[in-house]
Amino acid sequence: MSDHNSNTMNLTLQVWRQKGPNAPGKLETYEAKHVSPDMSFLEMLDEVNETLIKKGVDPIAFDHDCREGICGMCSQVVNGVPHGGQDRTTVCQLHMRSFKDGDTIFIEPWRARAFPVIKDLAVDRSALDTIIQAGGYVSCHTGGVADGNAILIPKPEADYAMDAAECIGCGACVAGCPNGSAMLFTSAKVAQLAVLPQGKAEAATRVNAMTEALKECGFGNCTNHYECQASCPKGINVKFIAKLNREYLKAIAN
Amino acid sequence: MQILKSAVGRKVLMAITGQSMVLFAVVHMLGNSSIFVGPDGINAYAKHLHDLGALVWLFRAGLFALAAIHIFYAIQLTLENSAANPAGYAVKKQIKATFASSTMIWTGVVIMAFIVYHLLHFTARLTPGVVQGVDALGRFDVFTMVVSAFKNFGTSAIYVIAMAALFLHLSHGIQSFFQTMGWNTDKTQCTISAIGKAVAFILLAGYVVIPLSILASALIK
Ligand code: HEM
Ligand code: SF4
Ligand code: FES
Repeated sequence: MSDHNSNTMNLTLQVWRQKGPNAPGKLETYEAKHVSPDMSFLEMLDEVNETLIKKGVDPIAFDHDCREGICGMCSQVVNGVPHGGQDRTTVCQLHMRSFKDGDTIFIEPWRARAFPVIKDLAVDRSALDTIIQAGGYVSCHTGGVADGNAILIPKPEADYAMDAAECIGCGACVAGCPNGSAMLFTSAKVAQLAVLPQGKAEAATRVNAMTEALKECGFGNCTNHYECQASCPKGINVKFIAKLNREYLKAIAN
Repeated sequence: MQILKSAVGRKVLMAITGQSMVLFAVVHMLGNSSIFVGPDGINAYAKHLHDLGALVWLFRAGLFALAAIHIFYAIQLTLENSAANPAGYAVKKQIKATFASSTMIWTGVVIMAFIVYHLLHFTARLTPGVVQGVDALGRFDVFTMVVSAFKNFGTSAIYVIAMAALFLHLSHGIQSFFQTMGWNTDKTQCTISAIGKAVAFILLAGYVVIPLSILASALIK
C-alpha cells in the first residue's frame, strides 16, 4: 500500500495477547498504518500480522473461516461490543470505513468462564456444541431424502423456525451477556425445533436437557438484560428466550 | 427436584415470588393511602387488619416465605452469574442492559435492609421515639405514630431512598417477570416494559407522597 492514497488511515490497536489458556494476558499496543477503508476488519488484522511476522513478533491469533458472515467463527469484541456493534454484522463483515484516521481500537476475545482463551483472541467455544449435543436435534431414522412437501408446515411457523435457525453459533450473545449466559443461543435452537412438527415430539426432553447442559458448561443464568440480542450479528430476538421459558414450563406441567 | 437446580426453574421461582410481592406492595400502598382520610381512616383500617387475628400471622408467614425464597435464589443466581463472567473486559459497552437491570442485587439489598427497619419501626415499634398512643375510640393511633415519625427529616429520607431503590428494582423486575414466565413476544416487549415502569413509578409516587406531604406540612406550620 502506498502513502499517496489520501483515504488511508493510521490506527492504534490495543489487542489482547495471551500465549495460552493458563498464561496471563494483557493488552498490547500496535500501530496499523495505511489502512484502506475498503478493507474488512480481519484484512486489517492480516496486514498488521504481516508486519509483526517481519519483525519476528508472534502474529495475533484470531478465529475466522468464511469471512462472509455465515460460519460464526470470527469472534472479537471491538471497542467493547462483540463483533464491533454494526447492526447485524459479524466482525469479518465489518469494514474499516466504520473507523476514522487516528482512532484507537480495543480488540479483546469473547470473555466468559465457559469460553476459555486458547490464544490471544481465539477462545474455545465447544461448550456451545455440548449444549447442541444435549438436545438440539430431532431423533429420527435417516433414510433417503424425504419429499419436501411430505409434512406441510404453515408459513408463519416456517418463518418463525427460520428466524431462529439464523443463529450461526458464534457466541457473541455470551460475550455480550453480563452473566456469561448462553440463553439466546440455546433458546434459538429450542424454539426452532419446538415449533416444527418434526421437533415437537421431543420438545420437553430437549428443553430440559439443553438448559441443564447450559448450566453444566458453566454459563450463567439469564436475567433479561437483553444484551444478547443487541450483540447478535443475526438479530436473534429475545422472544425466543420467552419461548424457551414457555417450553420449560410446559415440560413441567406435563 | 429439577426445578430447584434448573437455570430456568429458579428464575421462575424468583419471578413468581417477586411478582407476588409486587401485588402485596400495591395493596399495601392502597391501604396506606387511607392516611389521607385522617386518623379515622388509617386507624380504622389498621384495626380491621388486626382484628383478623390468626389470619394476620398466616399472611405474615406467607410474605416471609416469599421474601425468603426470592432472596435465597437472588443470592445464589447472582453468585453463579458473576462466576460465569469472571474476567472483565478492558472496554465494555452496555447496549440494552440498564442501570436498573445491572443493580438488581444491590437495590434488593437496600430493600431488604429497609424491610427490616420498617418492621422494627412501625410493626414491632422498637425504634427510639415511636409515638404509641390510642385515639378517642380506643384504637391504636397509627395516624399520630406515622405523622410524628415522618416529621423527622432523617426518617422520611430513609423511606424515600428505599422507595427509590424499589422503583429501580421493579422498573426492571416487572417486565422481567413476564419474560421469565414466557408471556412475552417481540410485539408485546415494548408495552410490557412500559407498563412495568409505570407500575413501578405509581408505587414510588404512592409511597413517598406520605412522608413528603407530612414533611412539607411540618415545614409550613
Ligand atoms: C428483599 C430483598 C431483595 C433482593 C435481595 C432481591 C434481589 C433480586 C434479584 C437479584 C433479582 C434478579 C434480577 C433478574 O433476574 O432480573 C430480582 C428480581 C425481581 N425482584 Fe427482587 N429482590 C428483593 C426484594 C424484592 C421485592 C420486595 C420485590 C417486590 C416488591 C421484588 C420484585 C422482583 C421482581 C418482580 C423480580 C423479577 C423476577 C424475574 O427474575 O423475572 N424483589 N430481585
Ligand atoms: S444467538 Fe446470535 S450471537 Fe448468539 S450464537 Fe447465535 S448468532 Fe451468535
Ligand atoms: S468468519 Fe465466518 S462469520 Fe465471520
